Amino acid sequence: MDIRNKTYDDILVLSPEGRIDHVNSEAFRNSLAPFIERCINDGKRMVLDLAGVDYISSAGLRCFMLAEKQVKAQGATIVVAAMQPVVREIFEISRFTLIFETFATVREALARFSPTALQAYQA
Amino acid sequence: MLVRFWGTRGSLPVALTSADIRHKVMTALSLAIAKGVNSPDKLKSFIDNDLDFSISHTYGGQSPCVEIETGRAEYLVCDMGSGARVFGGHIMSARNSVPIVVNVLMSHVHWDHIMGFPFFAPAYVPGARIRIFGCHDVIEKALRLQQSAPCFPVEFSRLAATIEFIRIEAGQVADIAGFKVTPKRQRHTGDSYGYRFERDGKAIVYSTDSEHKLENPAETEGFVEFFRNADLVIFDAMYSLVEAVSVKEDWGHSSNIVGVELAQLANVKHLCMFHHEPAFNDERIQSVLNETIRFEQLTRGDRPLRVTAAYDGMELEV
Repeated sequence: MDIRNKTYDDILVLSPEGRIDHVNSEAFRNSLAPFIERCINDGKRMVLDLAGVDYISSAGLRCFMLAEKQVKAQGATIVVAAMQPVVREIFEISRFTLIFETFATVREALARFSPTALQAYQA
Repeated sequence: MLVRFWGTRGSLPVALTSADIRHKVMTALSLAIAKGVNSPDKLKSFIDNDLDFSISHTYGGQSPCVEIETGRAEYLVCDMGSGARVFGGHIMSARNSVPIVVNVLMSHVHWDHIMGFPFFAPAYVPGARIRIFGCHDVIEKALRLQQSAPCFPVEFSRLAATIEFIRIEAGQVADIAGFKVTPKRQRHTGDSYGYRFERDGKAIVYSTDSEHKLENPAETEGFVEFFRNADLVIFDAMYSLVEAVSVKEDWGHSSNIVGVELAQLANVKHLCMFHHEPAFNDERIQSVLNETIRFEQLTRGDRPLRVTAAYDGMELEV
């Protein structure tokens, strides 16, 4: 599963697309793995930009949780941004909002963590 | 077929406190005043139509015990949690000249699933026959142990009923009380077993104390097959999804989200959430139910899935 990625200063923004469900969650997890490694090694923060994700199942959310555990253990951070309304509701009903800080837009997420990253994003 | 829930709470029985009752009365009366309820007729309609279930009723607090009516002069029940005490009272009050026969399917022998047995009145009736089916080899040992000194005053050996223990195997169909019963091994400490009951073209699945790890598609597919086209699936939805995959991972229980997903994949008609968290009050269970109904709407495919939350005393016609 391809995940678009872009780095703005010290923040890595990942933009998966489509559905993340029990059929492709392992592929999603595998695709996520090198970025998590990069995030940990470079001490970067990660923003999951979900604007292109129209559905996420429990298996997909579990991948988020595993990623969060990995990066948190190393003092790094993952936040979630730009969820479509349906994904937002699924996130809330699953109580994932208790674990992940969420933002309405990628811009807001960058603004929260890094003025330089925001500058790079707006450039 | 009628399914009757005698106990629906997980882990530990709970009871409403006087503060809980007061809160319900206060809430109900405040709403009644605001609605101008001023006659017995209006009051009945108000209770039936305007109040949330969590205010006008309670989900109850007995631990697991679920009866499936057999249409015969014998009973069929899943688990012997504290709800078995009430179930036993029901059997005694319906007693006639026909000897009592009770078929019990044990999911496993954790305490919340066996604690009602010492208080199950038919076990004390000479001539009654209790057949206890299960896939574990420790069921008899566990039932004897909980009735041995110093834990309980009446030794198992003093029970007057004829009590038989019958081992059945996962994946092997057994004929019990007119039903084809298929057990399935589930992920839980010491294993638990779900049961699929089939008769007259109808299927009911009792699947409690079962964790779904979501990491193995073959395992998921196995449960989809077990639930396939069932008219009713009684499902362990004790935790939120985030708890089930984080702090309560490997605690052996599942979530409302996974319940809906498996039921949708399996084309189930009705998902009944079960094994409620003992720390939850009625309003919290109601809120989880409302959210789960919304989740089903958000993720619905071709056919709607009915979603309910079990409560003590609930009867479902299948």
